[in-house]
Amino acid sequence: MPTMNMLQAINNALDIAMAEDEKVICFGEDVGVFGGVFRATSHLQEKYGKARCFNTPLVEQGIIGFANGLAAQGSVPVAEIQFADYIFPAFDQIVNETAKFRYRSGDLFNVGGLTIRTPYGGGISGGLYHSQSPEAYFTHTPGLKVVVPRNPYQAKGLLLAAIRDPDPVLFLEPKRLYRAAVGDVPEEDYQLPIGEAEIVKEGSDITLVGWGAQMEVIGKAAELAEEQGISCEVIDLRSLLPWDEDTVAESVLKTGRLIVSHEAPLTGGFAGEIAATIQERCFLYLESPISRVTGLDTPFPLVLEKEYLPDHLKIFEAIRESVNF
Amino acid sequence: MTQYVHQPLFLTGDEFTIDTFSLLDPEGELYEGASEPALERDHARRLYQAMLATRILDERMLAAQRQGRLSFYMQCTGEEAAVVGATAALNDADMIMAQYREQGALMYRGFSIDEFMNQLFGNELDYGKGRQMPIHYGSRKLHYMTISSPLATQIPQATGYAYGQKLAGDGHCTLTFFGEGAASEGDFHAALNMASVHQVPVIFFCRNNGYAISTPSTEQFAADGIAPRAFGYHMHVIRVDGNDALAVFEATTQARKIAVEKNQPVLIEAMSYRLAAHSSSDDPSGYRSKEEEEIWRAKDPLLRLQKWLVKKGWWSEEEEAAQQESLRREVLDTLKRAEKRPPPPLDSLISDVYADVTPALQRQLDQLKRHIRRYPDAYPKGAKSLDLDVDTATDSQGDA
Repeated sequence: MPTMNMLQAINNALDIAMAEDEKVICFGEDVGVFGGVFRATSHLQEKYGKARCFNTPLVEQGIIGFANGLAAQGSVPVAEIQFADYIFPAFDQIVNETAKFRYRSGDLFNVGGLTIRTPYGGGISGGLYHSQSPEAYFTHTPGLKVVVPRNPYQAKGLLLAAIRDPDPVLFLEPKRLYRAAVGDVPEEDYQLPIGEAEIVKEGSDITLVGWGAQMEVIGKAAELAEEQGISCEVIDLRSLLPWDEDTVAESVLKTGRLIVSHEAPLTGGFAGEIAATIQERCFLYLESPISRVTGLDTPFPLVLEKEYLPDHLKIFEAIRESVNF
Repeated sequence: MTQYVHQPLFLTGDEFTIDTFSLLDPEGELYEGASEPALERDHARRLYQAMLATRILDERMLAAQRQGRLSFYMQCTGEEAAVVGATAALNDADMIMAQYREQGALMYRGFSIDEFMNQLFGNELDYGKGRQMPIHYGSRKLHYMTISSPLATQIPQATGYAYGQKLAGDGHCTLTFFGEGAASEGDFHAALNMASVHQVPVIFFCRNNGYAISTPSTEQFAADGIAPRAFGYHMHVIRVDGNDALAVFEATTQARKIAVEKNQPVLIEAMSYRLAAHSSSDDPSGYRSKEEEEIWRAKDPLLRLQKWLVKKGWWSEEEEAAQQESLRREVLDTLKRAEKRPPPPLDSLISDVYADVTPALQRQLDQLKRHIRRYPDAYPKGAKSLDLDVDTATDSQGDA
């Protein structure tokens, strides 16, 4: 099995999708000859031509507006927003248009073919405008699907599933891992299910939930805890909308404890949604309060990035507090 | 090639004023030097009849709104020539992405009075399943994209839709309607720039009707209208008399040729006037004068085309009277039927959010059904859909 980094896996998925279906069209800022600022679309224009892989003007609302129309026409657009931090000019097109197309027309029209790819998250010394994790804004939007892969294998399988999914998908790529995460990725076509969490590691004392780049940090915290004799069950949600309540609830019924961790700020973050749902479903089984380990309620800092981010030590401390409650 | 000058030279844009293309004068006579467009008798009658039917539907539905039978309505009055004239110049399979005031386009393409009415009342036959306010029509069959309320969002979508048509190579284009107010939104600029850069067969049709709700166009832009913006995007542009159906038809016919044959976008600015209020919730007497409205009433687009048709022997006063009478009756009869039809079923609350209903949505609907079974009188529409006995005398929203 070949080894790929996350960018190569994403590029490979796009290549497979474009080769299979001529309706798949990739575009965004600098995605043409240059292959995207991170090179996720390298060589696609060379292989499939300028009509199917091209640069757009610098206009995020235009990119998504255009993508909505193209998807409504029956094409399968994969639109790139260069950084998730710059998705907000397109917010109206995503929230009011993409997400509601099928519903408002009574299924006369839909933009289910649309996938929006965008790099998110910190850890790259990007400061406040190249580090944000905006997932919670979009998980509040019925009609969208929100997917976050954690490694190259996941990225390829989930991206292919997103492109072929009958609903529009916002695909958030952890940019810190673009080159850092390397792993075995089958060369052939495969898909991973959207809406299903994955139990990365089984355990019995506490459940740790996260997604994307945070999974690596959660893994490290679990290792520290295991050294202290605390058995952690680690769950990667993979999809935030819809999210797999059953897998998390079953795990918490077993362990009696839950910690959710994400990079985005605490207030209004998606961890709050998970905590509320799980206390509803597992109230009598909980041994300690559900705990959230997240970024601070501040814009993302530059120099004090490491302090801001929820790292393995912060999660480890939360695990100890939960177990000793 | 760059030309250098050695004294500072500022341009203001005043060099770029655009003339207005017009064929028929208000008396329905061709202007000197104007040639009649290639418009056959039946085609011309179809165009006029759609304008007439739109006018009558609008009059009746505004009256129905005033009687409290309808929550909201928007009239196309004064702009029928712009909307129907443009639509008549398209192939019926070309996509139309409208703003909201373009029911004339649907009328021309054969949307039935029943279909209009089902949407207006949001009943069980509404294609949109009673989810949107009145006037948010859509028809896949007639290539008319379902209306979205947020302003101007359809404009970049039209660029994308047309790009897909270009790749599909089926010779179709997309026409998007919008008002001069919507042209202030970022979506408008995004759409024109992308269409021009990517050589897309799209027609941007601006209905410059003088007002964005209460804001006059003088407070909307500081230039010679919307048309000159095309220069900045290196785009074909024409300004047309929006109350002259023949001129609109001819301009759009030629625009379509450019779009489809050259894969190039075209901007059309139709100069017209919104004779009615913005919507049934608006009262224009608060921001404009009766005198101003009278000036435009004299330029009524229906009368102008009607006079031309009569002179050609393609229409008569008798036909006009008979058509008006039968349309009025049809609208009233259909209205009575449509308002009595049941609402969409409760299950439609959760359908079409995603291609398939998610477990979370199903749980929420099941919970809602249990609640309605407990308090059927508080939710008569939901209870009816669940076949529960409801005391129809209590149509209250309160607790039972």
